[in-house]
Amino acid sequence: MRVNNYSDLLAWKKRCPRKIDYQINVLICNGTSCMSSDSELIIKIFEKELKNRNLEAEIRAIKTGCFGFCGQGPIIKIEPDDVTYVQVKVEDIQEIVESHLINHEVVVRLLYQEPNQKDLVEKSSGMNFYKKQMRIALRNCGEIDPENIEDYIVNDGYFALAKVLQEYTPEQVIDIVNKSGLRGRGGGGFPTGLKWSLTRKQKANEKYVICNADEGDPGAFMDRSIMEGDPHSILEAMAIAGYAIGASEGLVYIRAEYGVATRRLKKAIEDAKQSGLIGKNIFGSDFSFNIEIKLGAGAFVCGEETALIRSMEGFRGEPDKKPPFPSEHGFRDKPSSVNNVETFANIPAIILNGAQWFSSIGTERSKGTKVFALAGQIRNNGLVEVPMGTTFREIVYDIGGGHPQGKEIKAIQIGGPSGGVITKDFFDMKIDYDSLISMGAMMGSGGMIIMDEDSDMVQIAKFYLDFTQDESCGKCTPCRIGTKRMYEILERLVNMQGTPEDLERLRILGENIKNTSLCGLGQTAPNPVLSTMKYFREEYEAYAYRTKKTTYSIDAKKCIGCTKCSRSCPVSCIEGTVRQPHYIDESKCIACGACYDACPVDAIIRP
Amino acid sequence: MTIFDKLVQLKINDITVTVEKGKTILEAAEKIGVHIPTLCHLNLQDFGVVNKSANCRVCVVEDEDTGRLVPSCAQEVHDGMRIQTDSLKAVMGRRTNLELILSNHPQDCLTCIKNLDCELQSLAYELNIKEIHYQGEKMSHPKDETSFGIIKDTNKCIMCRRCITMCNDIQTVGVLSALKRGFDSVVATAFHLDLNQTSCTYCGQCVSVCPTGALAETNDSPKVWRALNNPNKHVIVQVAPAVRAAIGEEFGYEPGTILTGKVVSGLRRLGFEQVFDTNFGADLTIIEEATELVDRIQNNKTLPMLTSCCPAWVQFIEHQFPELLDVPSSCKSPHEMVGVLAKTYYAQVKNIDPKDIVMVSIMPCTAKKAEAARGELNKDGLSDVDHVITTRELARMFLEASIDFRKLPEDDFDDLLGESTGAAAIFGTTGGVIEAATRTAYEMITGEELKEVNFKQLRGLEGIRQAKVKIKDLELNIGIAHGLGNARKLLEDIRDGKSNFHAIEIMACPGGCIGGGGQPYHHGHTDILLKRQKALYDLDASMPKRKSHQNEMLIKLYKDFLGEPGGHRAHELLHTTYSAKERI
Amino acid sequence: MIKKILDTSTLDKDLLKQLDAYIMSLEGDKQEHLIHVLHKAQKLFGYLPQNLQLYVARALNLSGARVNGVVTFYSFFNEKPVGKYTISVCMGTACFVKGADKVLSRVLELTGMNKNEISKDGLFTVKDVRCIGACGLAPVMTINDKVYGKVKPKDVDDIIRHYRSIENESK
Ligand SMILES: Cc1cc2nc3c(=O)[nH]c(=O)nc-3n(C[C@H](O)[C@H](O)[C@H](O)COP(=O)(O)O)c2cc1C
Ligand code: SF4
Ligand code: SF4
Ligand code: SF4
Ligand code: SF4
Ligand code: SF4
Ligand code: SF4
Ligand code: SF4
Ligand code: SF4
Ligand code: FES
Ligand code: FES
Ligand code: FES
Repeated sequence: MRVNNYSDLLAWKKRCPRKIDYQINVLICNGTSCMSSDSELIIKIFEKELKNRNLEAEIRAIKTGCFGFCGQGPIIKIEPDDVTYVQVKVEDIQEIVESHLINHEVVVRLLYQEPNQKDLVEKSSGMNFYKKQMRIALRNCGEIDPENIEDYIVNDGYFALAKVLQEYTPEQVIDIVNKSGLRGRGGGGFPTGLKWSLTRKQKANEKYVICNADEGDPGAFMDRSIMEGDPHSILEAMAIAGYAIGASEGLVYIRAEYGVATRRLKKAIEDAKQSGLIGKNIFGSDFSFNIEIKLGAGAFVCGEETALIRSMEGFRGEPDKKPPFPSEHGFRDKPSSVNNVETFANIPAIILNGAQWFSSIGTERSKGTKVFALAGQIRNNGLVEVPMGTTFREIVYDIGGGHPQGKEIKAIQIGGPSGGVITKDFFDMKIDYDSLISMGAMMGSGGMIIMDEDSDMVQIAKFYLDFTQDESCGKCTPCRIGTKRMYEILERLVNMQGTPEDLERLRILGENIKNTSLCGLGQTAPNPVLSTMKYFREEYEAYAYRTKKTTYSIDAKKCIGCTKCSRSCPVSCIEGTVRQPHYIDESKCIACGACYDACPVDAIIRP
Repeated sequence: MTIFDKLVQLKINDITVTVEKGKTILEAAEKIGVHIPTLCHLNLQDFGVVNKSANCRVCVVEDEDTGRLVPSCAQEVHDGMRIQTDSLKAVMGRRTNLELILSNHPQDCLTCIKNLDCELQSLAYELNIKEIHYQGEKMSHPKDETSFGIIKDTNKCIMCRRCITMCNDIQTVGVLSALKRGFDSVVATAFHLDLNQTSCTYCGQCVSVCPTGALAETNDSPKVWRALNNPNKHVIVQVAPAVRAAIGEEFGYEPGTILTGKVVSGLRRLGFEQVFDTNFGADLTIIEEATELVDRIQNNKTLPMLTSCCPAWVQFIEHQFPELLDVPSSCKSPHEMVGVLAKTYYAQVKNIDPKDIVMVSIMPCTAKKAEAARGELNKDGLSDVDHVITTRELARMFLEASIDFRKLPEDDFDDLLGESTGAAAIFGTTGGVIEAATRTAYEMITGEELKEVNFKQLRGLEGIRQAKVKIKDLELNIGIAHGLGNARKLLEDIRDGKSNFHAIEIMACPGGCIGGGGQPYHHGHTDILLKRQKALYDLDASMPKRKSHQNEMLIKLYKDFLGEPGGHRAHELLHTTYSAKERI
Repeated sequence: MIKKILDTSTLDKDLLKQLDAYIMSLEGDKQEHLIHVLHKAQKLFGYLPQNLQLYVARALNLSGARVNGVVTFYSFFNEKPVGKYTISVCMGTACFVKGADKVLSRVLELTGMNKNEISKDGLFTVKDVRCIGACGLAPVMTINDKVYGKVKPKDVDDIIRHYRSIENESK
């Protein structure tokens, strides 16, 4: 199908197969998490079953992107019954087909069970995980087959681009984005409309639209899910951006680790080109736009926009000083607008629904929704999209289901290696860009790591610093040597070789690295340390004054005397008789943690 | 747009200053005499050399409006800006960053080649660092002492990247790069190869800008001391043109003070038997080169002809343009000519066994060290030149020998290979060689006397210059390039058949030998180089004879020993060959 | 004869032909595609030995240092040969807080080597990687393209044994 104008697109949409054309749609998650637990095989078997039983006309199996509920994967959703099955195994397929698809009887044992509730949840919409979510950026993830352009078009895909080309001048497009209040989702929260207008203002014979798909924050995967689950939305948004700023070329810089996402994007580009939705004279207008993929090669700092541009040009990904900004001197020294994947994913929705619709969602200065990746000590691991202004408590307890074993949640690390911690005293705070900054944290890309009472904040801070000092490009002094020195101090501390002065050193050094580093990596690298030092100073002092308890012990009240711990202890320092509380000889304990892993009732107390 | 639109007014330490748009805070501060310490920053105006990597972060100052620290060397000014260079925050930022650098530095100043001439050391002094609060792992790399010109002691590197700017952007040799990342990052050659396995030209431009002892010349003075103390050796020395205009800086003289006489007497005190002048070799080179040029023009041989007195440039063409090895003149460089004559002509006159002669060259140049070791300049185990000592090394030898340079008397070069003309003097600056050659070629071709010897159109500092010189009906098309990056452009034109020059002078070092890799450090001060250059032109102007072919000892040399310019004997002794080399 | 420091003539001719063809197919400024060319070269040769890097440098008219600088900057590029199976243990945050470090040490213990080396039998290379985007299954490890989720240290034994036995069978 080749689309030459608006009515072509409309006609095509009418011809595309819709979900209501089938009696039943079986949506099978083909996201990375679910794929790793055999969802691909599940799909194959499903398709075969449908074929063998001659059900293909009535029932469609759709390979979708991530549902967000990855911790419970593989996920299968049956529409229109609105039933979600979790942790589906290959062996379960037969039953689903026979019981649900043929006999219309829900397979109860595969339903999800809310914590602390006996009943299983039959309707997906009734699941707490989805109740408070609002899906704009993820609107198509888990809904459509990302490799099928028709699925996208049926959901109004490319209609935003059509509208823009037909109805708006570039200035009007920028105005809409400005009024929507959309701010960059890549971390900094820079107003997207403003960035576009700055790039538009530049006079140049070439300009570029760059999609930042480097997603370096370890523990965040929203961009990946969008690219895997809804790749066309990115392409459409990039074309809109190209029209707005006056660029005819777009580039997606994507991490080399993201094989599936890259494949799907490539296919989407091919399909869109074939249909004339990108390429020359789109919708018969004089606007032409091409999109190319540039691969990264494993460097976190390449998510920083100037480093990203260097990398795209075939150099070491070392950041440059700013100003000048990429909007003036970007790729090939030409004006370039760099935007994040999630930022782009919002654009078509904003165009179709209007700026006002978008800006009515969220808080005063942060509009729309944000996708977060929930991980750590939380029951529902996965991706959630909520309106800005949702509180941490809502995300952690209502959506995330709280701690898997019901322990107390002590803090949330947000913003990854650039961010900081939010303590439980602030769980009722409304999340937006500015409230997080005021806390010494940062929105970052939206990784949320939940930590329970057992977590050692010094170790967490050290983990992040290990990451940043390893990922530092090495160009400037404070980051190259400073983060290394900070890491060494932390190492000394956790090895019980530190001193109280080390805490002061850590602070001075941290402040200096923030103040004098060349790029955002160094400027934020000390945040995890500084913020945990602020809120969990006693944990640092325990190390610095060497009062930290380092050995394991047993809570006699909880111990059921199962003997598992004593059997697992490599230095045989746990004593006790069967069905009696056990006891650890702490003078011999080497803190290997084996007993902790072995205990079935959480009776072992970690240091 | 009025002039006022191009101006920016700001306050630095509450002092109002007006500068042009696009200037940095550092430049604005300089204008009102506010000093801001810098380390990685380098801006050799007039030579097109700028290192704007802004990576050391010791030049940070506080922007009072944002409370942020900004690098003054890179941050451009804007209207209404308010800067504090000495707020506590700025001072602490600067100190901490310097301490961090020092925490990853060997700190063996006492025995370091840069002792008392090191920008890092001075900065530690200037910022009054008395304690380093951070300790930890230091980088640890082996020292590369394999090359004949340059020692690379990576552990002293502070990653300022000036050398990379020089080697990559200015020289386009590209031997150095940052490798790895984070704390493990290092400025090194590809695969950490030894320098002598790479395409390094030994131009020493990396050395001349390195603020620390991470890159330095090889120390050849022990070999010279050994020779001087060997009673069986007859040790001769010669001094290059650019040395006399720069060595004074090591002893507190104004840059651009010509100190030939003191150098000569100092060398005698060091114990050299004969003190010859490389300028004599320069005059000789002109005769040979001009002869070759006239021959190439008149007999339709390969054109353009490129000068060949710069060994770094020779090395460059061998590695980068192996297909163009017939374009450089086959002339040896001046000091090699003096060397070979010392071991033939002088040895014959004095009746000394050439094997007992040790020839030492005092040069502004690190590449000459490598040149002296070339196989082509080494016959039957006899090198034209045995040891090459840079200007800096000579200054150190004077110190070592307790010679008070400032109190030295003036003395003259020894006869035989000691006389020279003004034409030779300007060999030390860009454009000088071709001007000298033009003076002689003119008279060779026309047979008439050249009245106006100053070819002003050949002078200047543009990276690439061209000039037409009318010699009767022949219009000589002359090109000049200094800095190998500029040379590359001319070579590419030659390779692509787009060049219409008759002769091109190429000097590897920006500015020519006055800015050589072995000269006293300019520490980023352009004016020093300009003064050296001016000194050489002044010296030329002050000379009674300003054309090489007027050199009487030289005329005698051809008559008594060499025969015809460009003749058989001259060819055997004064010309050389080139060989293609691998590019890495 | 030009003296050879690094001999590119020992590289496999057929693979080089494929690499050349790839470079030929690139549009625009070829130097800009250095990273893509290196990806391709690594895919063809398995890793990027020095002489291959030099080959790429010459093919794109770049200096060796420039190429080596890029290769050593990005963790995706290997300068040393890798095993038939690359075991990547995710050390992203989600995985770390779920005990990925223990998984990694178990892997290293079982294969008896350090990170980024190749095991004696040539079978394995172990790497720690940053988030592979399957955080929901933390801790995660991959062997070549196969993803293993919710890995416990003791699961590692079975997984490694599985790959060893495949090898033994094929012998
Ligand atoms: C160290 C560092 C890493 C970054 N990584 C990413 C990233 O992985 N993805 C991203 O979109 N932005 C990242 N950014 C932010 C980008 O520099 C840039 O601000 C962003 O792509 C702009 O897009 P936005 O305005 O849509 O957010 C990073 C910034 C820094 C300093
Ligand atoms: S802050 Fe770190 S990552 Fe950024 S330029 Fe400096 S060294 Fe490189
Ligand atoms: S932590 Fe290890 S050594 Fe200590 S008691 Fe438990 S099993 Fe034994
Ligand atoms: S494993 Fe837990 S319950 Fe069992 S004996 Fe040990 S502490 Fe008690
Ligand atoms: S490089 Fe400078 S600071 Fe370092 S040891 Fe040498 S003289 Fe001292
Ligand atoms: S300056 Fe200090 S360290 Fe150096 S020689 Fe003098 S006393 Fe010794
Ligand atoms: S001597 Fe010249 S060519 Fe060699 S590394 Fe230094 S700057 Fe480069
Ligand atoms: S070697 Fe010298 S010039 Fe080069 S980066 Fe290191 S300190 Fe700077
Ligand atoms: S220009 Fe002079 S100092 Fe520089 S390399 Fe050439 S001969 Fe040596
Ligand atoms: S990958 Fe299947 S729900 Fe996320
Ligand atoms: S001198 Fe300004 S950053 Fe180094
Ligand atoms: S942190 Fe391990 S997969 Fe994301």
